[in-house]
Amino acid sequence: MTNSTTTAPAGSALGAPAARTGNKNAPAKQAAWLLAAVVVLVLVCAASLTVGARGVPLGTVWQALTQFDPADGNHAVIHARIPRTVLGLLAGGALGLAGAAMQGVARNPLADPGIIGVNAGAALAVVAGIYVFGVSSLTGYIWFAFIGSAAAAVVVYLIASLGREGATPVKLALAGAALSAGLYSLMNVVLVSSQDTLDRFRFWQVGGIAGRDWSVVLPGLPFLAAGTLIVLSTGRILNSLALGDDIARGLGQRVGLARGTTALGIVLLCGSATALAGPIGFVGLVVPHAVRFLTGPDYRWILPFSLVLAPVLLLLSDVAGRVILLPGEVPAGIMTALVGAPVFVWLVRRGKGAGL
Amino acid sequence: MRTASLGRESATELALGGSDPRKHRRYLPSRGLFRNRTGFLALAVVALFAASVLLGSYTVTIPDFFRILTAHLTGGERIPGASFIVMENKLPRAVIGTMIGIAFGLSGTLFQTMLRNPLASPDVIGISYGASAAAVTSIVVFGASGAAVSGAALCGAMAVAVVIYTIARSGSLGAGGGSRGNAAGGRLILAGIGIAAALNAVVNFLMTRADIRTAAEALIWLNGSLNSASWDRAGVPALALLVLVPAVAALAGPLRILELGDDAAAGLGIRVGITRLGVVATAVALAAIATAAAGPVAFVAFLAGPIARRFTGKASLPAGAFVGALIVLAGDYFAANIAPLLLDGTVLPVGVVTGALGAPFLLWLLVTANRKDA
Repeated sequence: MTNSTTTAPAGSALGAPAARTGNKNAPAKQAAWLLAAVVVLVLVCAASLTVGARGVPLGTVWQALTQFDPADGNHAVIHARIPRTVLGLLAGGALGLAGAAMQGVARNPLADPGIIGVNAGAALAVVAGIYVFGVSSLTGYIWFAFIGSAAAAVVVYLIASLGREGATPVKLALAGAALSAGLYSLMNVVLVSSQDTLDRFRFWQVGGIAGRDWSVVLPGLPFLAAGTLIVLSTGRILNSLALGDDIARGLGQRVGLARGTTALGIVLLCGSATALAGPIGFVGLVVPHAVRFLTGPDYRWILPFSLVLAPVLLLLSDVAGRVILLPGEVPAGIMTALVGAPVFVWLVRRGKGAGL
Repeated sequence: MRTASLGRESATELALGGSDPRKHRRYLPSRGLFRNRTGFLALAVVALFAASVLLGSYTVTIPDFFRILTAHLTGGERIPGASFIVMENKLPRAVIGTMIGIAFGLSGTLFQTMLRNPLASPDVIGISYGASAAAVTSIVVFGASGAAVSGAALCGAMAVAVVIYTIARSGSLGAGGGSRGNAAGGRLILAGIGIAAALNAVVNFLMTRADIRTAAEALIWLNGSLNSASWDRAGVPALALLVLVPAVAALAGPLRILELGDDAAAGLGIRVGITRLGVVATAVALAAIATAAAGPVAFVAFLAGPIARRFTGKASLPAGAFVGALIVLAGDYFAANIAPLLLDGTVLPVGVVTGALGAPFLLWLLVTANRKDA
């Protein structure tokens, strides 16, 4: 990818958009921005460790990380916040990366795990897990959520992409909305008849990164790693798919295979993010759009930027949720929806996102 | 690029609702079978209404029903048990079900006709979610019940309708027959979906804040239920329909001319802006009243118009209203009488049934749309 002879054709093939944002595509400048984004992410991680119902100064955080003293209350607080921060990093990165890739593979700026029915699939599977199999721990929910979300994503994508037009924005959003509504109805059949199930499920449903320990984080790691590797390597594929299937084919791309590979990575990422953190909307939708202002339309940069900046949004939402309603907490999944919805509406209003 | 997007739009529209009635005529068995298909739908509503009052887990014969009814009206002797079940449970339930079905059906058909887009129904574009968020807030935060919840739902639906309308208006809402009108309709749908998602997050959060019993109560409401139907609740929707149905009738003529396009309508002497605002206000009021009475019963408003169109061969407001009533009555009959047999006596909210059946129908519409397209 650093080879200039391989970047040249892709750059010129992008045509007008690339020319318009030409100076933004200078690799050195992009790399500097990416570095800055990483620095921001580190700062946000630090904030996530220090801010909360019990604020801890940064010096103490460093102490707790280097010389842990179990007797010190502050140190215990820090250690309780570590899995949460790591989970925010993982789930946020996965959602951002999956969102960016999904928007590319579907040529659809509105694709997002929540909108295409992944959350509903995971929710129904978790409810089934609670009701039928008596699962009651977050560790137990993971597998149900993972399978449910993967199945729903595949079904929605297949239905929306039937026919010549492929997965157009309205069809994808509608197939997602329709399948979600149906799955939620089935889920409600169970919830209405079993108050126990409702009591456990309602806390999973809001989506958040609090209250999960390492036993939740670790099983997700292999899936996240595989998904990240697959998706990060598809930058060039997405660039050529962005030109349309015919041109991509003309450039020597095997379109079906390329789409399938990317979709596999996306399902791995969304499925594990939803399994780890519950349904979290709008991160995967909003972050890639914000990233495009920095990078222009080149997916080889959009993907890593989304990977770094999405956890920033998720962790900031989580931190804001900790302090907004003291002494209680607002889960991160709620905060991202409240921040993300206005941005979504703004995108729709600009008309660029609708593709209509 | 432009022609491509136009083609996609019209293809989706054609296949989803069929703006060309001839296309659906060929599915009909024989033209003379039901001369007046709308009349047939009205008869079907009456039949289903009677079935849901007389049949089911507690069966009443027709003479018994009239004996109970006259006894109730004249203050005569009551039959223990039967009087109560029929007059306080089955009859108000069927009456409210019919009314909200008509209201949802009319509301959805109005939206779909005016925006010339079969996807623009109040439950898809987020108006129902406004009602839900307001109602759950009132239940969980303020401990409201009964009429207060209905009032909150009404306000929530209206507020969200104003917000979505304002967002989508920037590009001449539903204008004429050109691509701009379709684009504004699409924008309205997408803005509605986004707002619905945010309101849904609010509802989910409130559910975690509530006591589990309150949450269970809110969940029933959220699904749209006739289980707590009583005469008290029938008054408001009945009065609203008395006002709104004549309003719809008055708007029907101008609306049909509006479908020809803004310029043509203005040339024919229609005041386009006022008419459009009147249609939106009436449709939102219908949806809001129905949602306030029974909760957001899924998919009724969305499906009534397209089904009516396939059955009668043309877009027709009365047919939409009757189909809406049929969907609610049939769904509620299943929820109240058949589901308990399958689920150990759990009486499902009617919205669960309509949602579970409506989703496959919507997916089927999408899939067949694609097939014809290809």
